[in-house]
Amino acid sequence: MIYLQLLWVFVKIGVLGFGGGYAMLSLIQHEVVDHYGWMTTTEFADMVAISQMTPGPISINLATYVGYTTAGFGGSLLASFALCLPSVIMVYFILRLFMNKKNNALLTNTLKGLKPAIAGLIFAAGLAMMNLQNFPDFGRGQYNISVTICVLAFVASYFFKANPILLIVISGIIGFFAY
Amino acid sequence: MKKALELFFCFFKIGAFTLGGGYAMLSMVEKAVVDQKKWIPNDEFWDMIAVVQSLPGVFAVNTALYVGHRVAGTKGAFAAMLGAIIPSITIILLLATVFREYRDQPVVERIFKGIRPCVVALILAPSLRMIKSAKVTWKTAIIPIAAVLLIWWLKVSPAYVILTAIAGSLIYALIIRRRETARHETRDGKEDGA
Repeated sequence: MIYLQLLWVFVKIGVLGFGGGYAMLSLIQHEVVDHYGWMTTTEFADMVAISQMTPGPISINLATYVGYTTAGFGGSLLASFALCLPSVIMVYFILRLFMNKKNNALLTNTLKGLKPAIAGLIFAAGLAMMNLQNFPDFGRGQYNISVTICVLAFVASYFFKANPILLIVISGIIGFFAY
Repeated sequence: MKKALELFFCFFKIGAFTLGGGYAMLSMVEKAVVDQKKWIPNDEFWDMIAVVQSLPGVFAVNTALYVGHRVAGTKGAFAAMLGAIIPSITIILLLATVFREYRDQPVVERIFKGIRPCVVALILAPSLRMIKSAKVTWKTAIIPIAAVLLIWWLKVSPAYVILTAIAGSLIYALIIRRRETARHETRDGKEDGA
């Protein structure tokens, strides 16, 4: 049963995952955290951080981790392959169809139209992680370490395009000394 | 078979050593596949990437599949895909066992308490950058705002939001195509008349 659920969830994510790794976060979070409760919201945040610091696609990393924690080694392989399965099918059918210039323009224009919605999806994933589990000191005392880290990291990332790995390492060091 | 093995090791190396996601990987794939092995000519490679980028799924996996398939057929596609994902799966399996063992340690917990708010920022920042690059105006801002409210507030599955957005964008793209075809036809008509 758990194998079927993993298969279904990750095939679905593979089919609907437009717009890269971050765009998939919202889909994965909804299924894995909200719907099935396979991961807590802090575990999800921790895995995103670990994925950032290790090589390889973030969605494959999450699939492997979720598969492993819910159904062991077999589950981790199943979840990862389920995520790739739609791509395998597409390589035979879609590529030939879209290498034609006219259809290619249709595809890229569709994706262009999809972009604002995908941005909203990613933003929603971030908002869903803004809770007391991830910001444990929120509303307690005058100094909010977690809010400060979040704001500074946001400014560094958005305005200065700071390296995400560096930001994670610095935040970890701050956490170590501050808590 | 030799080519399939070469593809496997090529993508294995890329999968094991590139940090920073799909786009960081792309320049390494280009270097290996176009410059060094000369498996695919430069312009064909970038035409293919343009299509692959618009498709759903894991970008690195899609790229590996298409390059592998183009170079050595079905065998090549699977060899390249496995090469791209085996390093990630191995690393996460190793880390998962260690992480579950030690995540309740106070030291680890303190470090991750600092990291979690940073992760939230690292997700919010690219979404706003994407809104900027998609040239969202005050009028079209309704789309991302509606998506956020539906998912975050009303807890609608993002799957439905994506499906609706695809339907909308496809209609939009078809209208553009139709308008362009119509423009070509009138122009061709005039040329015939002259």
